[in-house]
Amino acid sequence: MSHQELWIAFSTIVRKEIRRFTRIWAQTLLPPAITMTLYFIIFGNLIGSRIGEMGGFNYMEFIVPGLIMMSVITNSYGNVVSSFFSTKFQRNIEELLVSPTPNWVILSGYVLGGVARGLAVGFIVTLLSLFFTKLQIHSFGVTIATVLMTSILFSLGGFINAVFANSFDDISIIPTFILTPLTYLGGVFYSIQLLPEFWQGVSQLNPILYMVNTFRYGILGVSDINVGFAFAVIVLFNVALFLVALKLLNMGKGIRQ
Amino acid sequence: MTIALSIKDLRKVYGNGFEALKGISFDVQQGDFFALLGPNGAGKSTTLGIVSSLVNKTSGQVEIFGFDLEKDKAAAKRSLGVVPQEFNFNMFEKVGDIVRTQAGYYGIPVELAKQRAEFYLKKLGLWDKRDSRAQMLSGGMKRRLMIARALVHEPKLLILDEPTAGVDIELRRSMWAFLQEINEAGTTIILTTHYLEEAESLCRNIAIIDHGSIIHNTSIKSLLQQLSTETFILDVQPDQAESVVIDGYSVRLEDPHTLVVQVNKGQGLNGLFAQLKNQNIEVTSMRNKSNRLEELFVSMVEKNLEKKDA
Ligand SMILES: Nc1ncnc2c1ncn2[C@@H]1O[C@H](COP(=O)(O)OP(=O)(O)O)[C@@H](O)[C@H]1O
Ligand SMILES: [Mg+2]
Repeated sequence: MSHQELWIAFSTIVRKEIRRFTRIWAQTLLPPAITMTLYFIIFGNLIGSRIGEMGGFNYMEFIVPGLIMMSVITNSYGNVVSSFFSTKFQRNIEELLVSPTPNWVILSGYVLGGVARGLAVGFIVTLLSLFFTKLQIHSFGVTIATVLMTSILFSLGGFINAVFANSFDDISIIPTFILTPLTYLGGVFYSIQLLPEFWQGVSQLNPILYMVNTFRYGILGVSDINVGFAFAVIVLFNVALFLVALKLLNMGKGIRQ
Repeated sequence: MTIALSIKDLRKVYGNGFEALKGISFDVQQGDFFALLGPNGAGKSTTLGIVSSLVNKTSGQVEIFGFDLEKDKAAAKRSLGVVPQEFNFNMFEKVGDIVRTQAGYYGIPVELAKQRAEFYLKKLGLWDKRDSRAQMLSGGMKRRLMIARALVHEPKLLILDEPTAGVDIELRRSMWAFLQEINEAGTTIILTTHYLEEAESLCRNIAIIDHGSIIHNTSIKSLLQQLSTETFILDVQPDQAESVVIDGYSVRLEDPHTLVVQVNKGQGLNGLFAQLKNQNIEVTSMRNKSNRLEELFVSMVEKNLEKKDA
């Protein structure tokens, strides 16, 4: 395919993905808006006012970046895992398999679909947070780059999950048993400096910690960890997951007999 | 002459160890209307699945208009339109979106994709439904939607896996007419079916596949010439109480007023009528048994089985 044709195929997939999550907005865009508003009210306002400072900021200011990131993560992942799994399940993946669209374009298209949903939800949550706190951005570049890379990473994760999933149950196992705990323990609600040294060390193994902290650095200018290192970790994960996902697609794992 | 599809030594062993294709080979010429015939489980869908890149082959070679499906993937795929056996579109998408999206997967620009989608949806009587979700369509409409989707990039070769299975007779006829029309306009067509009537009225050449092997590959005409007997059904008066015996013909009394007569090739019918007249049996009407190919087919598959048993 020519460059122009590749671009058309890619944008067709992305448009289809965006059409999907906007069509079912009540299942995709509304729930995180409600949940996060509740977090802002309960943790930020009611409980936060009693907590005092965290990392040099009031508690509401501290958790807003983490909560934005948490919604980006769950929605990027959730979008690709359910979209690609149902594409597999309804067999309309065959529409792509018979076409000349190469696998890397298919993968990139689904990933950008996940990024679009992650960013859409991130944007909604950011707007909502403005009702509760003032948001000043310390470094626009770091903020955007982190949110993008994180969204790509979890879209890739969702894709790989969908490749291996054989039932609708299989697409909720990873989010429930891995993603949610890692997010809660990834420094969304607290600074890891509150933890005993041993648990600080363990927390360093949690990739989500790096993303939440880099993002928080972008907004507030403070981080529990070295931002450059965190960035390198995120990029490395992205490259690795992209290659794994592409390999699976090339093998036809779960989609071709 | 250009070969639209060339299959060489194609083998498929499924994950569970089952050998669905045992090294089949056949060619389909450009412009042909070709049928892949065979009983259920013979390997028809597996064959078309490999040609459409939906099933991984175990070994062998597939070329579409001279493009190797492995080495020249994009070019091979571009020449091919696929109508699978089972519905495989997103039931929640709108009919128009499904066809336009498919065009996009072939790199067709948005404006052209819109025009093509309109053209083919109109041609298949689905334009009124363009804004309906696919799940709202009737079975026949869904099948036509799959045909419109397969044509939107204007492939030179169209393959259809049992396109008329479960489709009512009226729709079947109109689908036949449509396929004949696009075949006359130059599209090579391959279909699988187990309705032999379908192959007989549409196709010029056939391959018969059974248990993963091609047991026959020829033109419909020469296949029919192989029939050594022809069967006629006679309605007679008065009602016959017991069996009727006619020298030189094998006759069976199906019910008191219906005779089934086997006539050997070149035997003629005069002798039959003369004897019937002598026995005071009047023939009120007569017809040729329609599914001649069916008989041949059954006898071939049986022979194939016998060979295996031997
Ligand atoms: N995924 C699969 N795994 C194992 N065996 C299969 C699979 N798909 C088809 N088969 C077997 O392969 C044979 C050929 O199937 P198929 O090509 O669908 O036949 P047809 O289309 O002629 O009815 C059948 O015996 C079928 O049971
Ligand atoms: Mg079949």
